[in-house]
Amino acid sequence: MTNAKLRSLASNWLGFVLLSALLILVFPAVLDDFRLNLVGKYLSFGFVVLGLVLCWGYTGILSLGQGIFFGLGGYCIAMFLKLEASTPENTAIQSTPGIPDFMDWNQLTELPFFWEPFHSFAFTVIAIMAVPAAVAFILAYAMFKRRVGGVYFAIITQAVTAVLTILIIGQQGYTGGINGITDLRTLLGWDIRTDEAHNILYFICVALLLVCILLGRFVLKSKLGRILVAIRDKEERVRFSGYDVANFKVFVFCVAAALAGVGGAMFTLQVGFMSPTIIGIVPSIEMVIFCALGGRLSLIGAVLGALIVNAAKTTFSEMFPELWLFAMGGLFIGVTLFFPRGLAGLVDDYVVPFLSKVFLGDKKTPPPEPAVTKLAE
Amino acid sequence: MPHIGPVVESDILLALEGVTVSFDGFKAVNDLSLYIQKGELRVIIGPNGAGKTTVLDLICGRTKVSEGSIAFKDTEVTKLKEHEIVRLGIGRKFQNPSIYEDLTVLENLEISYPKGRGVFGALGFRRTAEVADRIDEIADMIFLKEHLNTKAEILSHGQKQWLEIGMLLIQDPELLMLDEPVAGMSVAERVKTAELLNRIIEGRAVIVIEHDMKFVESIAHRVTVLHQGKVLAEGRMDKIQEDPKVREVYLGH
Ligand SMILES: Nc1ncnc2c1ncn2[C@@H]1O[C@H](COP(=O)(O)OP(=O)(O)OP(=O)(O)O)[C@@H](O)[C@H]1O
Ligand SMILES: [Mg+2]
Repeated sequence: MTNAKLRSLASNWLGFVLLSALLILVFPAVLDDFRLNLVGKYLSFGFVVLGLVLCWGYTGILSLGQGIFFGLGGYCIAMFLKLEASTPENTAIQSTPGIPDFMDWNQLTELPFFWEPFHSFAFTVIAIMAVPAAVAFILAYAMFKRRVGGVYFAIITQAVTAVLTILIIGQQGYTGGINGITDLRTLLGWDIRTDEAHNILYFICVALLLVCILLGRFVLKSKLGRILVAIRDKEERVRFSGYDVANFKVFVFCVAAALAGVGGAMFTLQVGFMSPTIIGIVPSIEMVIFCALGGRLSLIGAVLGALIVNAAKTTFSEMFPELWLFAMGGLFIGVTLFFPRGLAGLVDDYVVPFLSKVFLGDKKTPPPEPAVTKLAE
Repeated sequence: MPHIGPVVESDILLALEGVTVSFDGFKAVNDLSLYIQKGELRVIIGPNGAGKTTVLDLICGRTKVSEGSIAFKDTEVTKLKEHEIVRLGIGRKFQNPSIYEDLTVLENLEISYPKGRGVFGALGFRRTAEVADRIDEIADMIFLKEHLNTKAEILSHGQKQWLEIGMLLIQDPELLMLDEPVAGMSVAERVKTAELLNRIIEGRAVIVIEHDMKFVESIAHRVTVLHQGKVLAEGRMDKIQEDPKVREVYLGH
């Protein structure tokens, strides 16, 4: 194989192969069950950051409300699992047996109509992606057709997040309120609380994540991907090239929401509950930080960002709860100022040239992106 | 409306009639009527702030008219969205080069290629031989054949102007509108641009806004002088240059 061929193959697939190896081989080999389950939980945020790479990194639509879509997906599967756990036998001591416990505590005597379809697994699987995408569609259509964008759009996503979280907390009888939907036990009769189940769920999560990375890649490599970049750079020119820009923004925002929904569902399955604290304003902002740190222009980098920041959070937030928030804020500011392309950018600028020097015998390292590295030095 | 020579109704490609636009009461374009024939090259000149750019903005739907009508091929365009107007066959170049800096010359042209303009069309779009040939042909025309894989941001100012023209040409519009296409170009680049313009006017109508009088003389068929949002004079370049009104507001200084 020629060097050029090798190089293009490597640049296209090396990251993907390494990530796959890390997730499929290395982690299961070196981590105990508890930690592997933690990694699985972190990876569920990986789905969200993939969506952020598409809509923020490539299209320039900053959403500070991805937590909501994550939550909608998570709540969909939680509702299904809760119904399965609330058989009349299991809930015989309730005043109304057969409905979820929190409903009984809140004096509900009947399952609310919107819970009914979640008896069906097929419906639930579709809803995990369709519900977030539908909410995203309504929001994006209303905003982008009116040409509301940029900071205004980001603020509106925050507002929607706040409103929906408050709604979920307030409607305790329908949603489980601040506690969320807890005590989830089985999925189609399969106990999801055992270590063995956690292990299997981990691999399902990894497989889905890798598929989503490939899907994201497919989108970015198509002409659509280049149009997204064009919209980020010069929205007006795209319009004057005959495109209805709003449709493209709506599309990418819906895709990001659907991805987040899948992540939320994987979170619920692996952690065993879903609650408003996971999906509110602060988690939504954290998701953007994962993405920024890992690299908002790199699908693989962003997933690693989600892993690293979450791992750091678990490690440090218990030791220094207050300090952690500042550290996270500082990290975000630092990264956006000095490494706008995040970890992935650093790898591109330093590691890749080094590797190609060693393995492909490049004489000269290709010049790194000028503006970015100047600042970094 | 001072016509030069007989104008047959069906020859008119674009008709602006009684067009007015006001920004907070200030009429940037004031009761303007303008007719462009098929295949015509029209140059619009006028002092700074005369409303030249605004006229183009109105035609391409970037600014909405306050009053009046704009018809392109007998279709009223004032109520259409920008991309719909583009699809009717109007291409517009901005005063400052407006290209996608993060993409290569090739990608810039490819995005402008008039196929796969819907979301799913774009997702399924393939760079077929036909597309590649067309991109090559245009790149050759705009002197950028050697730069197909160059990122647009590192092109010279003049090359960016050409690229934007190329992005319009690839759509093969019936009406091409160029806002100061030689602004910021070197003398050599201006000569090449004039040559390019003379080639691209074949088979389409072109409206050019220009300040550079030498350049105007080298390309102009018919000139419209705009002043304070109104047509001050219209006619052949040599006649226009002798017009005392025009000399007073524009050419005199
Ligand atoms: N969106 C806007 N809002 C308010 N005023 C505007 C707007 N667009 C243009 N104008 C005003 O309308 C007038 C005409 O502007 P226009 O840009 O059309 O002039 P021009 O003939 O293209 O000038 P130049 O030669 O400097 O490009 C100017 O006084 C300008 O300030
Ligand atoms: Mg102007």
